Amino acid sequence: MPAFKIDDQEVEFIPGQSVMQAALAADIYIPHLCFHEDFKAHGSCRICLVMQNGRYLSACTIPAVEGMDIINIRDDVQEQRKQLLELLFIEGNHVCPSCEKSGSCSLQSVAEFCGLLSPSLPFMYPNRSVDASHADFLLDFNRCILCELCVRASRDVDGKSVFGISGRGSNAHLVVNSADGKLVSSSFEKTDRAASICPVGVILPKHRGFKVPIGKREFDVTAINERRENDAG
Amino acid sequence: MSTGSILQANDASAIVNTVKQVMHPLFDQTYLLQYLIKIQALYACIPPAAIQTLHEKLALTEAQIKSVISFYSFLSIDYQGKYRILFSDNITDRMAGNQSLFHQLSEAIKGADASIDFTSCTGLCDQGPAMLVNGHAINRLDTQRINDIAQLVNNNESLTNWPDNLFKIEDNIRRGDIQLNARAGDGSGIKNAMNLGYQKTLQILQNSGLRGRGGAGFTTAKKWQLCKQSEAVQRYVVCNADEGEPGTFKDRVLFNSSAHSVIEGMTICAYVIGAQKGFIYLRGEYLYLLEHLNDVLQRRREAGLLGQKILGKLNFKFDIEVHLGAGAYICGEESALIESLEGKRGMPRIRPPFPVTEGYKNQPTVVNNVETFWSVSRILLKGSNWFNKLGTKESTGTRLLSISGDCERPGIYEYPFGVTLQKIVEDCGGIETQAVQMAGAAGNTVLARDFDHQVSFEDLSTGGSFILIGGNRNLLDMLTNFADFFKHESCGFCTPCRVGTSLIADTLHRFEKGQGCSGDLQHLKKVLKLMQKSSFCGLGSSAPTAFLNVLENSPDVFDCGMSVESAEIYFDLNAATAEYKKITEPGEKGI
Amino acid sequence: MPDKIKIATTSLAGCFGCHMSLLDIDEKFIDLVELVEFDRSPLTDIKKISDCDIGLVEGAVANSENVEVLRDFRKHCKTLIAVGACALNGGIPAMRNHFTLQECLEESYVDGMGLDNPGIPDDAELPMILNRVYPVQQVVKVDYVLPGCPPPAEMIWNVLSALLEGREPVINARDIHYD
Repeated sequence: MPAFKIDDQEVEFIPGQSVMQAALAADIYIPHLCFHEDFKAHGSCRICLVMQNGRYLSACTIPAVEGMDIINIRDDVQEQRKQLLELLFIEGNHVCPSCEKSGSCSLQSVAEFCGLLSPSLPFMYPNRSVDASHADFLLDFNRCILCELCVRASRDVDGKSVFGISGRGSNAHLVVNSADGKLVSSSFEKTDRAASICPVGVILPKHRGFKVPIGKREFDVTAINERRENDAG
Repeated sequence: MSTGSILQANDASAIVNTVKQVMHPLFDQTYLLQYLIKIQALYACIPPAAIQTLHEKLALTEAQIKSVISFYSFLSIDYQGKYRILFSDNITDRMAGNQSLFHQLSEAIKGADASIDFTSCTGLCDQGPAMLVNGHAINRLDTQRINDIAQLVNNNESLTNWPDNLFKIEDNIRRGDIQLNARAGDGSGIKNAMNLGYQKTLQILQNSGLRGRGGAGFTTAKKWQLCKQSEAVQRYVVCNADEGEPGTFKDRVLFNSSAHSVIEGMTICAYVIGAQKGFIYLRGEYLYLLEHLNDVLQRRREAGLLGQKILGKLNFKFDIEVHLGAGAYICGEESALIESLEGKRGMPRIRPPFPVTEGYKNQPTVVNNVETFWSVSRILLKGSNWFNKLGTKESTGTRLLSISGDCERPGIYEYPFGVTLQKIVEDCGGIETQAVQMAGAAGNTVLARDFDHQVSFEDLSTGGSFILIGGNRNLLDMLTNFADFFKHESCGFCTPCRVGTSLIADTLHRFEKGQGCSGDLQHLKKVLKLMQKSSFCGLGSSAPTAFLNVLENSPDVFDCGMSVESAEIYFDLNAATAEYKKITEPGEKGI
Repeated sequence: MPDKIKIATTSLAGCFGCHMSLLDIDEKFIDLVELVEFDRSPLTDIKKISDCDIGLVEGAVANSENVEVLRDFRKHCKTLIAVGACALNGGIPAMRNHFTLQECLEESYVDGMGLDNPGIPDDAELPMILNRVYPVQQVVKVDYVLPGCPPPAEMIWNVLSALLEGREPVINARDIHYD
């Protein structure tokens, strides 16, 4: 089998695999948000940046090539990730103490793993209406990181295309595909793959609040860098 | 395309019929953007009944259709009035006073059935300030022209009846070299290629050293070769005429003055790679060139230079269709352009695979700049030596520069690569030039002390834009203009560009108000470097260039925007308490 | 014995939870008071800050008095530490940023339940409410940040003891939690 290196560790790969896929198969954690092994690579969050030949590339979009020498966990690489995470934190409203997702939120856990203490850039405090129309689910668009996992899950697995992205640039935002734009008017169901895929606190089940005590939550028990990918949601 | 009256969007069944006519006979998803552009021109908006009809006939969800509408600046759900007036807002337009003209017209047409706004550079920088009225360009705006236009709008005069001289666009070709002085496009280039065979044709291009004129400079022969080698059902030729880089207008001039040559270059490409279909992706701002291009295409079909059996060769068929853009700079990025050609939001794709292996409809596709195809038509006539005897080692031949800004003779200049900035500045009559902005907003800001540098891929690369900044200008104004531009044009896909462009714009506006601080500059540098290193596509990684150039080479430019009160952080307590003061003013209590 | 290190603490728009966490260092607090002298702090009830070595600020910036206190802290403290979620990103108080100030004031003072004499208070003595809630770092420069709601007592102690010993404080990535 052909192989390449991640942080001096030999990693075998099947031709066609991305650096991310090969790393996961070898139980090496590369921090990521928009990547999910059940879906095609997206490449938007940029958190999985690794360094190759002095250049930053996203591990989820570059094909593994024999002889590559990838740097994953090193201070300068983690620093870039911290800065990217900082941008995601200031772009949305991520008030962890008041968020139901806290403790099982990938954004939070990846940022803690990468060592982000706090953003220092000015916060943008978006003000998008919360959609509580659905009987079982709530949407808080102010936490969206535009990873499009729900878009992909609804379209590719559920066959529904309940979610989409509208607008451009800093105005790009998640939308629901229904006549009035409300979740209740769409074909969304609580058993959809899209219902459990959100890595942050946008798509949340109703009728339960802070059920799991701090210390026992998903990432309290197993840190994000230690779990196997498919343990998630 | 209708340029006259706007249809009333109140009769749903009439809209359904019109939209069906627009889609007829293809009813093809990949034409969604083209349908939307036509519907927008008819109704000055995309009415709900139109979205419903597109949804039913094209098997797209309404949200998908709306998300496409929301991506392109020239499309809108809301009605834009009988006259949609968009002022070009490049730095050259600002230098020529577009802001006050905008306010003059806004005041003069209050109450008219019209909307007025700014838009990104419309490619008339050599004859600005410019505007688009329902997509049609008007140049050389001054108070007199604004008065005339206001009168036409207030009199509800149909656009077809507006005087022709308003819409007269000049080529302004100022300096020709071997390429502009040569003639091509009558089919003899195609004939030569066919006589040589594709391998020798590629060899000639290889020997010529021609590199893509869009800016990245990939070797043209190599690109075509890679495309030809890829397994395919179909191969495609795409001409990138989404000339959106602020300050660039050479493609406009090439299409106006030698469209035959460009199309001949595309046909030679089709012959070499074995394509049957080609597209010209024409930026929406150049709508006025559409009719002319379609005429040229038709004449070439009639002359046997396009269509079936080109030049009598039985198995060589190739035809070209013009697709319009609709106000999205990102569509100049080749993979985003392909998405847009397929009728979708112009989002850049993951690369690899590159378009040469998986492009339009996932088939091998050559995407080249207008000027590249134009040069091909000449090289196939004159030979590789004629071309590569000029220029430098890595950058052979000549290239076109679009020159604008503070100079006496703005327009198109052809120079061999290797020419110094000093020579260009002298030739065009630069007025106390303090800096040149190369390659548009995304390029280098070169200060006068560095004018001994050369235009070439190995020194200062350019997509063709060359904006002169005079001594009386404040570079901070230019950067603020660029910051607004990038914030408006970022597609929003990746984190660093989406959030970074917003932060840059916010920061520059703080300096504009005199509220900058050293903390802002530290943040700005950090964000700019992050964007350079981590962005998904070239827009995000090149947007920081000018800002970093100025921060590194001329940091005192920012001094005038520094707050006098605090050095590290500026917090505007007055602004933050203004709302409270207003609420608690006597008589204003919220009861 | 050299002069004791002077520490000031304050809570802006916060819940004093971070102060409670500071007290949670338990018996180490005795070590701490051996080494330091508290200046302005809810622990001493001193109202006006004098020159200090270290300032600890919890809470977000929600009104003009918060701004004044914070600027005063910055001016008088050699090292300023922003403590806890509210100081760092606005936290719970910043949830009001979803609403206009008018809406917030009306909800509290006009339409709220059980109001005797409804009306938005406007006494000149009252601090002015800001248009929105800001994190500390958007008003003054801070030197160190301690995330958490609240930051655990251990983290506060580690950072303080490092500073007291003249070491650069290091926060291990494993110990970072935002809630």
